[in-house]
Amino acid sequence: MELLPHLFHTLLLTIRDVLPIAAVIFGFQLLVIRKPIPNLKRVLIGFLYVLFGLALFLVGLEEALFPLGKVMARQLTDPVFLYGGIEQLAGEIRWLDYLWVYLFAAAIGFATTIAEPSLLAVAIKAQEVSGGTIGIWGLRIAVALGVAAGIALGTFRIVTGTPLYYYIIAGYLFVIVQTLFAPRMIVALAYDSGGVTTSTVTVPLVTALGLGLASTVPGRSPVLDGFGLIAFASLFPIITVLGYAQLSQWRNRG
Amino acid sequence: MHRLRAIAQPLLDSLRDLAPIIVVIAFFQLAVLQRPLPDLERLLVGTLLVAVGLALFVRGLEIGLFPIGESMAYAFARKGSVLWLLLFAFALGFGTTVAEPALIAVAGEAAEVAAKGGVIGDNPAERGSYAMGLRLTVALSVGLAIVIGVLRILRGWPIQYLIVGGYAGVVVMTLFAPEEIVGIAYDSGGVTTSTITVPLVTALGVGLASSIKGRNPMVDGFGLIAFASLTPMIFVMAYGMMF
Repeated sequence: MELLPHLFHTLLLTIRDVLPIAAVIFGFQLLVIRKPIPNLKRVLIGFLYVLFGLALFLVGLEEALFPLGKVMARQLTDPVFLYGGIEQLAGEIRWLDYLWVYLFAAAIGFATTIAEPSLLAVAIKAQEVSGGTIGIWGLRIAVALGVAAGIALGTFRIVTGTPLYYYIIAGYLFVIVQTLFAPRMIVALAYDSGGVTTSTVTVPLVTALGLGLASTVPGRSPVLDGFGLIAFASLFPIITVLGYAQLSQWRNRG
Repeated sequence: MHRLRAIAQPLLDSLRDLAPIIVVIAFFQLAVLQRPLPDLERLLVGTLLVAVGLALFVRGLEIGLFPIGESMAYAFARKGSVLWLLLFAFALGFGTTVAEPALIAVAGEAAEVAAKGGVIGDNPAERGSYAMGLRLTVALSVGLAIVIGVLRILRGWPIQYLIVGGYAGVVVMTLFAPEEIVGIAYDSGGVTTSTITVPLVTALGVGLASSIKGRNPMVDGFGLIAFASLTPMIFVMAYGMMF
């Protein structure tokens, strides 16, 4: 697609996404709070920055990184790459053959999470509120490691074909146990970090990987097995952020 | 000079945030798949756009989304009307979710799965109404989540009981929900919170917790997003059980 029309189109889409939010905010401000917004001009400029920023961000991703990332996800899961050009014999799947897929899953999960704007927003707030105890980079890296582990395990699940809920239920039980021992101030933030990891950057690439894998591994169906990677990516950051807080607590004590 | 730095610094920060993606893609393309990078020019232009976009977005957060979220939290706290605050919380959750593109995509896929599984008739009308019902269900659940989350901040309830209770709900629902819906339900928890909603809702929570006496913004201010990713799982599974 041509760059300028694409940009214009994406800008319109972003405006459409922001409209309901703006309607709620300004509606309540005018009808219920009935006070002028402090620094109204600045706030409106801020909204414009967010609109243009997101539109440029999305266009750049769709122009350059997504196509390449999606092609790579397809190539890596392709039996031709995995088995060196020999047609794969039906039946036998060895999970070890997919080692590069797990590595790619972990690496792309980590890298896209670092670039995720909503995680950055929460990290900025967390640093501000905690007075610097929780660093922007500490939180981002802890979450990114969680996403990396989650997506790698999620691709492993698609290859082996074990039911999704075994992993998710076990993960939640683990989170519950961790919560009992974690410092109180981190708990809410850790739970939040599960939800913020999966938006603009991560979801399209990870979905492509899941669908690519589910449609090339024999015996998997893309509709049934392609889902679930996002769930892994939202669960594991909770574990790593709680773990990060526990580690820094022990270090301070010892 | 000072001006130049003010423009260059955020750009450099964004480029640093993007560096891992570029490294990962370059490494796998060149070293593992052993293919050349296609269309290098387009790749560079795209990366530059992403970097500029991210820098603008962060600036917009600082001067637009964060301040408005906080100032509304303070205004509601001063006004002292819990009902209006909860209504606002619901509208924010519902309004931002119902039109969320990621949710529209997931709802469409879910309708495909349901039609293939014979749960609903395989025609556009039934698929459309199934998808619309799912979208409304998720939006309703997110609205409710923000309401519960705001109530928790007001009352100072510890978050772990609510979240653990919610997870227990997810586990129980998983046992009874039809198998095809489970994966979609789990994923729907992750897709509901968009890049614009997250900063707003976070600023609202932190603002509320800092303007109410006896609340700690760190302990009580976060957690709204967590509710918003939890309730859709339960509601979507319930939706799947209705058919």
